Amino acid sequence: MSMPLSATVRVTLGLIVVALACLAFGDFEISAHDPWQELGRLAMGLIQPNFSSVDFLGEAILRTVAFAFVGVGLGAAAGLLLALLFQQLWVRTLCAFIRAIHELFWALIFLQSFGLHPLTGVLAIAIPYAGIFAKVYAEILDETDPEPARTLPRRAGRFSVLLYARISQAWPHLVSYTAYRLECGLRSSAVIGFVGMPTLGFHLAGAFAQGHYATVGALLILFYVLIGTLRLWVRPKLLPLYLVAAPFCLGTGLPIVWSNVSRFFTHDIVPAPLRHGEGIEGLLPWLGDLLVHQALPGIWNTLLLTQIALVLTGVLAMALFPVISHHFTGRLGGSAGHVLLVVMRSTPEYLLAFILLQLWGPSMLPAVVALALHNGGIIGHLVGRRSNEIALRQDAPRGFDRYAYEVAPRVYGPFLALLFYRWEIIMRETAILGILGIATLGFYVDSAIQEIRFDRAMLLILITALLNIGVDILARRLRAKLRLRHTINRQSC
Amino acid sequence: MTPLALTDAVAAYGETRVLGPLNLTLAPGERIALVGKSGAGKSTLLALMYEQWRQREVALMPQALGLVDTLSVFHNVYMGRLDRHPWWRNLVTLARPWRSDVAAVDVLLERLGIADKRWTPCGELSGGQRQRVAAARVLYQRAQVLLADEPVSALDGPQAASVMQALADGYPMAVLAMHDLDLALRYCTRVVGIQGGEIAIDQPSQHLSVHDLQPLY
Repeated sequence: MSMPLSATVRVTLGLIVVALACLAFGDFEISAHDPWQELGRLAMGLIQPNFSSVDFLGEAILRTVAFAFVGVGLGAAAGLLLALLFQQLWVRTLCAFIRAIHELFWALIFLQSFGLHPLTGVLAIAIPYAGIFAKVYAEILDETDPEPARTLPRRAGRFSVLLYARISQAWPHLVSYTAYRLECGLRSSAVIGFVGMPTLGFHLAGAFAQGHYATVGALLILFYVLIGTLRLWVRPKLLPLYLVAAPFCLGTGLPIVWSNVSRFFTHDIVPAPLRHGEGIEGLLPWLGDLLVHQALPGIWNTLLLTQIALVLTGVLAMALFPVISHHFTGRLGGSAGHVLLVVMRSTPEYLLAFILLQLWGPSMLPAVVALALHNGGIIGHLVGRRSNEIALRQDAPRGFDRYAYEVAPRVYGPFLALLFYRWEIIMRETAILGILGIATLGFYVDSAIQEIRFDRAMLLILITALLNIGVDILARRLRAKLRLRHTINRQSC
Repeated sequence: MTPLALTDAVAAYGETRVLGPLNLTLAPGERIALVGKSGAGKSTLLALMYEQWRQREVALMPQALGLVDTLSVFHNVYMGRLDRHPWWRNLVTLARPWRSDVAAVDVLLERLGIADKRWTPCGELSGGQRQRVAAARVLYQRAQVLLADEPVSALDGPQAASVMQALADGYPMAVLAMHDLDLALRYCTRVVGIQGGEIAIDQPSQHLSVHDLQPLY
């Protein structure tokens, strides 16, 4: 009479077992000598923020918004063009590839060629976003009703048919998705500051370095307000104004040295043995060395961290979704829950990891906690919304029994689907967090760049991209196997 | 056991009153069949009864059944007694049910003919099987009163009769919304006919025939 385990339960247990095994290999020590005091100082900074340095704060916010608008705008335009060609295999492959490389890696690449010119930051956002826009726009266009196109006059031009029968139908969805990506763009824009662009991350790192916690607090609060009020100041009618003004607000940066650009793409990124004319015989040992000493340890740590963060994200999401579910909270509690989840998901992982690293010292712990808080906030929000669609019977149990028997079993399928959607994203971010000094792939990329070995850096970035594509395929297979259908989830940044 | 009374029950959608005011008393040992056209307000009346009587031990079998599709038949039936156990025991039961609980639930599943589906998720069952799971849940609950909305609508003749017999054995005191008048007269002690939001007939079933109820439709 023993109870058989369902497929979802088996997969869940498998993920947990793997994560526990990973824990044994990871390094989770807090090395700061007084982490609580640091945390306390940050909390004081948030409670008593210092808004007095207006120039400083104003520039941080203006540049963050400007880079987001230009980057997302260009990405959306390029994405729409690519979406129209999306049935071509080479376009799909190209898009999968450019979106598998994180915007921070793009920023690192362009920093070496264009230097601290605004173009670096703009391209770093626009390129990966174009890849994502192309895929989602193509999906949205595919979902439109094909009937109107058949009813149009036979000799109507292809462009007119597209415009009248497809894009016009899909327009509201295209707009709402683009608006959502703008929020993601603000986060990306803030984060590329950490590698030198004049956005929020740059100013935040500076304030941290000088121990100005009250300024850190002010920057964070302004960032939350900026994202929280997005709907108020991003109006369809104001958009053209923003798009025209934004390119003039990027700052001047440093001029591009074109000889550097051409040297980077034709010389620096060519593998060293080929550059020195050693041919294939020189290339193989070079590749072997790179794989064994950098790529493999980097992949190992990236996978380790990803699996732990994935499970912790899931635990957090399932624990937190009741705070916005009306089956568990009243109106007041629900509002407080919403604020909590908004703050969690508005904070980019990189920014959170940067802060936690300052507080706790270098180890895997800040990275795992940052990833779980951000992603747990996003999934918790979506699962909570899903739970609000459930109508419980009048005599449904209350409290914990309601959670365990009525609500959690019903949302668990959609929850797992969401978690698998975020698997690839968590891995992309894990690789990136290496730039902060945790030995994931990003760490080896960053070190290679520091050593001015751009050929190695490029190859490691390529490997990271392939890893991301691999996990994406695996997650898609798992979803299909478990028959987890969830209305296409496009909220994924 | 005291009688349950429904006094001045009223239901309205916006400004329009769709039901009542109604007064009705349910005595111990009495099973009322609610009959009437669809849309007459039977389900609304049951919901009102539940609202007014919820302080007492009431088992509810709504028309939509309220099953959790992702949980097994056993767990859905076990849910009838969630309130009798501490939360941690219910949590453990999700992963590893107690043998005694499985045996107790099995008795009901055997009687309703779905014991072989014990570990099947409810989402994979047919309409008739689902209805029997919901019936097993209210039987397992062993409350004082049963409120059921079309409890056998998806079952054919002999199966419908056996489920009605089981519900009647488990709940001497009940209100059941019924559309099968034969079954209503056979398994209920009293028939209440609803028409135009009001009680049109209220008679012991032994005084009634199917023919007497036809004017309601």
